Amino acid sequence: MSVTHMVPALLQAIDPNNTPVQGMPFFLFTVLKMLVIFTVYMVGVAMLTLAERKISAWIQDRHGPNRVGKGWLQPAADGLKNFMKEETMPAGVNKPIFVLAPILSFIPALTAWCVIPFGAPVATRWGRVDLVVADLPVGFLFILAITSLGVYGIVLAGWSSNNKYALLGGLRSSAQMVSYEISMGMSTIPVILLAGNVSLNSIINQQAWGGWNVINLTVAFFIFMVAAFAETNRLPFDLPEAESELIAGYHTEYSAMKFSLFFIAEYASMVTASALMATLFFGGWDVPFTGHDNIGPYSGWLSLLSVFIFLAKILFFLFVFMWIRWTLPRFRYDQLMSLGWKVLLPLALVYIVLIAAVLLGLMAAGIGPGAYQVAILGSINVILIIVLFGMFDRGRIISPAYGRMHPREIERLRRLDRRPRVAAEVTR
Amino acid sequence: MAIKVKIVDRPVEDVSYVRAMFKGMGLTIKHMFDVTNRATIQYPEEKAPISPRWRGTHRMLTTETGKARCVACGLCPTVCPANCIKLVPGEDEEGNRYPLVFEIDEFRCIFCGYCQEVCPEEAIHVGRHYENSEYSREGFVYDLQRLMDQTHPVCEMWDPEDPKGQ
Repeated sequence: MSVTHMVPALLQAIDPNNTPVQGMPFFLFTVLKMLVIFTVYMVGVAMLTLAERKISAWIQDRHGPNRVGKGWLQPAADGLKNFMKEETMPAGVNKPIFVLAPILSFIPALTAWCVIPFGAPVATRWGRVDLVVADLPVGFLFILAITSLGVYGIVLAGWSSNNKYALLGGLRSSAQMVSYEISMGMSTIPVILLAGNVSLNSIINQQAWGGWNVINLTVAFFIFMVAAFAETNRLPFDLPEAESELIAGYHTEYSAMKFSLFFIAEYASMVTASALMATLFFGGWDVPFTGHDNIGPYSGWLSLLSVFIFLAKILFFLFVFMWIRWTLPRFRYDQLMSLGWKVLLPLALVYIVLIAAVLLGLMAAGIGPGAYQVAILGSINVILIIVLFGMFDRGRIISPAYGRMHPREIERLRRLDRRPRVAAEVTR
Repeated sequence: MAIKVKIVDRPVEDVSYVRAMFKGMGLTIKHMFDVTNRATIQYPEEKAPISPRWRGTHRMLTTETGKARCVACGLCPTVCPANCIKLVPGEDEEGNRYPLVFEIDEFRCIFCGYCQEVCPEEAIHVGRHYENSEYSREGFVYDLQRLMDQTHPVCEMWDPEDPKGQ
């Protein structure tokens, strides 16, 4: 490191804005952050159930819950009801696993939150407090590892229930989540390529300087969003609980608070997925159109503003989750699988190569992070999106039942239909 | 088993997914913000309008002096196809007939409205009313006092502006 680089670094070291808190204050602040996050998160998830019901009602020209405290106390009433209800334990369940499953599905979604930064750092007299519970250097890898644990809760619930619907739901869920996890992980590699680091704070900082990743990496964002929908088992990917086919899927046999825990887990993972989309592609807590919020001196107001900005971004994605849920019908199982394996995964892989090549080219041309890079990457993405959506729109890739087929495929099917019947069929 | 699949080759406009998706999303968001056109009727507070020819539970109209208009002519129990009206006629000192007992079993009633149609005094009416609940089956046998106490609007057998029901 040259001297010109070392002097600012040294100056930063003595700046109280840049010295992290240590010792006892660090411990107390961490406990405080945990308590605040947990409280806000749980209340938020409860309110989300209300939001979902309200939004679904509005979309369907209804009013939604408006009786218990004008509707605002509906989550509390639901919670009370779930506490009061009978805990059923069907015959033949594997009891320890049956009890463990809801917990297992709920904890990963909650745990992922401990590495997501939710605001600009706050300068206190004890030093700088980062608004993240644990600023892990491997932040993003931690999230990938933890969120993929969510599938265990669902699979175990399906298996331990001793119920065919639950088992089918669990099986579907395992196939679905394992399939889309790959695309999800692959779609985030370009993000890491751009940031040059897996810590979420550095990804946010890179976006504050180098433009939001939704412009730089639009295709990756779309892949990530589709995969996130599949990971959270939300429509149009809610095959694990497909009401019309599987009663309630993996939680058919659950009642009372155990059922409620699955419900909470679904919303919790929705919040986590929304927070990840905001962090990875929409600049996290970065206040739009400003650059000064990412360096010191930090003020309380600035941090508060950034927290609200982050919340607004999360709420936007949560709304998109609900909006899509109440618009699109469920995919068929083969469509789900072909979309995951035949479209999203190859697309993500090609995109990684493309972005890596473009970045290498830009580096060779001497264009670093900044307006030029954003413009070049953005225009590449616009072209890609037009081409991709055009291809999707032909109806061949997602292949609905009435989908447009290749002439060769049609000819093959017609030949099949014309083929001479075998003896058994003729006699019948 | 032979696969019998109808193979159709539809035009791109019919099978497009992305366009259809955006169209659907646009439709739902339009409905979401269309606050003035909610289909819900907040029932106990607001009620759906009912037809002027609605035939609900009965009501006996009264004279200015507060007596039942019924003259116990016996037409309504005669015409009643469900045989749900029980009428015992009486006569006062001046020779005016009045009902000693007038009971309608609302469970037997089929709400055809013949009683209202046949009544020469326009005394018995079927009502424009649909909220009936009782704690016992006996509660649904309405006696004369109960019928006179009802205040709900009564059925117009035909719409005055459209007497032929067109």
